[in-house]
Amino acid sequence: MGIGTFIVVSLIKIVIAVFVLLTAVAYTTLLERKVVAHIQNRWGPSRVGPFGIWQPLADGLKFIFKEDLTPPYANKPLYLAAPVIALVTALTSMAVIPIGPWITVGSIHTPLQITDVNIGLLVILGITSLGVYGAALAGWSSNSKYSMLASLRASAQMMSYEIALGLSLIGVLILAGSFSLRDIVDSQSGTWLGFIPRWNLFKGQFVAFFIYIMAAYAETNRIPFDLAEAESELVAGYHTEYSSMKFAMFFMAEYANMFTVACLASVLFLGGWSGPVFGPPIVQSLMPVFWFALRVFAFIFIYIWVRGTLPRFRYDQLMAFGWKFLLPLAIANIVVTSLVVALK
Amino acid sequence: MLHLLLFFIFAAICVAGAINLLAQKHPINSALSLIVVMGSLAVLYLLLGAEFVAALQLIVYAGAVMVLFVFVIMLLNAGVEERTEHGSRVAIVLGVPGLIIGLGIVAWVVSHLAGLDKIAIGGPTIMNGAEVFGNPQAVGRLLFLDYLLPFEVTSILILIAIMGAVVLARREE
Amino acid sequence: MVPLSYYLVLSAILFACGVAGFLIKRNIITLFLSIELMLNGVNLSFIAFAAQLKSLDGHIFVFFVMVVAAAEAAVGLAIIIAVFRTRESLNVDRVNLLKL
Repeated sequence: MGIGTFIVVSLIKIVIAVFVLLTAVAYTTLLERKVVAHIQNRWGPSRVGPFGIWQPLADGLKFIFKEDLTPPYANKPLYLAAPVIALVTALTSMAVIPIGPWITVGSIHTPLQITDVNIGLLVILGITSLGVYGAALAGWSSNSKYSMLASLRASAQMMSYEIALGLSLIGVLILAGSFSLRDIVDSQSGTWLGFIPRWNLFKGQFVAFFIYIMAAYAETNRIPFDLAEAESELVAGYHTEYSSMKFAMFFMAEYANMFTVACLASVLFLGGWSGPVFGPPIVQSLMPVFWFALRVFAFIFIYIWVRGTLPRFRYDQLMAFGWKFLLPLAIANIVVTSLVVALK
Repeated sequence: MLHLLLFFIFAAICVAGAINLLAQKHPINSALSLIVVMGSLAVLYLLLGAEFVAALQLIVYAGAVMVLFVFVIMLLNAGVEERTEHGSRVAIVLGVPGLIIGLGIVAWVVSHLAGLDKIAIGGPTIMNGAEVFGNPQAVGRLLFLDYLLPFEVTSILILIAIMGAVVLARREE
Repeated sequence: MVPLSYYLVLSAILFACGVAGFLIKRNIITLFLSIELMLNGVNLSFIAFAAQLKSLDGHIFVFFVMVVAAAEAAVGLAIIIAVFRTRESLNVDRVNLLKL
């Protein structure tokens, strides 16, 4: 493939990925409101179109028309940069996540992934680390006590759980032997006894999956770890002083992070896109994407289910949980996994 | 060609960030400029085939150490820097660019005399279809086989640093 | 491909910026940032030479430099916090008495 074709194909993939991600983010908000509503025995948004389908559109229009205030004495450049940092880091993580096998369109043979770097997992961890700046700078630049305290709490929480997140992935790395996400998915293909899929979850990484889920909930500031941005705590957390599009950017960044974490869980623990493939060739090349989307949807549904069901942690309980329980458990998981692999 | 172009772009960003670090009055702006420098350095490491170190630079340096700096600046509410009583404006205005350009010229002359500007470096090293230089497997092999003792010693170093930081920053009870 | 001397000149410029910052700045935190800039400049020259000599020892050294820089930043910032508590100022010229 020549360099020109490569650039054009990559640009097309980027446009499709951003479009799909933003639409998914918008409809995840609708899904969340509907699921939480049903858990609470009410309907949720149902007026704006059949089953409330056009609600995200209405929300988007509302955000655009809201007044865009800046608090007095706020640090203007940082105030503008913080939501941009949060959204950009949330969207960039999609660049290395594979959603399907190689496909052939016409004469172009390309993987269903924007780029397959051989340090893909490290890239995701690095981008997640940079996402902390969005929260840290947002609170500080707003020049407001509540925002500042909440942003310190949120950034400290994100940094602490990043460690548990990273360590829980090392078990998967040891089993797969490579940092490249495509290699990790390929190592999970096939089945035992013909019907049990070779997912990393079934290869003994259930403790790592458990740690990963909880660290992911804490990283994305979702219930039960959302003390830093809950509506009744510290006003609204680090995005108290943000309105209209900047708040919408934080909102989108949170859901995009959720989506990225779900995609990563599907790739690392749930086997990626493996699943029965049947039908005509066009359908056959897109069935894996369907199986991947199914896993991501299931993960996000569990995310929202947990949000509707559990109360939130107090901050000291949250930090103690991350440092005193998840971190030693993750290290124990690494030790056990490496022992098993070394003694095999 | 593409390497040269990318090198110049990211070297320019590095130098701009470094100069901005010196020029800014408020430490938060200096910290953010340093983060930009570290990011573009990570890209330069990628150009030199050091992909594991590039990822480490982003995760450890730009993502953890600099967050620590930003936290401290936010917590201490460090204001705009005060003008020093002792320094002379002229010395700073002449001396700082002089030092930077001087050291750059010295480095250029020395590397030219050593013939290092004829050696071109960069790009991935592929052997048998797999990367063998700078990838995590190769670095890990070296780290855990040849350099195991320094690795374990640095883990003790970090433990001492953690204990030291906790004790030093504690409030007097 | 980029000649090696370009990387060395960039490394020298970054190191010089770090030294200049260390000498002229009065805010303690900015001094620490200049030290980190110096360390980054040195890291770049390590990686450049490792790429030229095709030896991974440069990468290992950079790994250890990063670890030591992280430890040093942690302890240094803790000291800054302790100093700030007593003197209420981050100006390094004010830290001129052993006991306040």
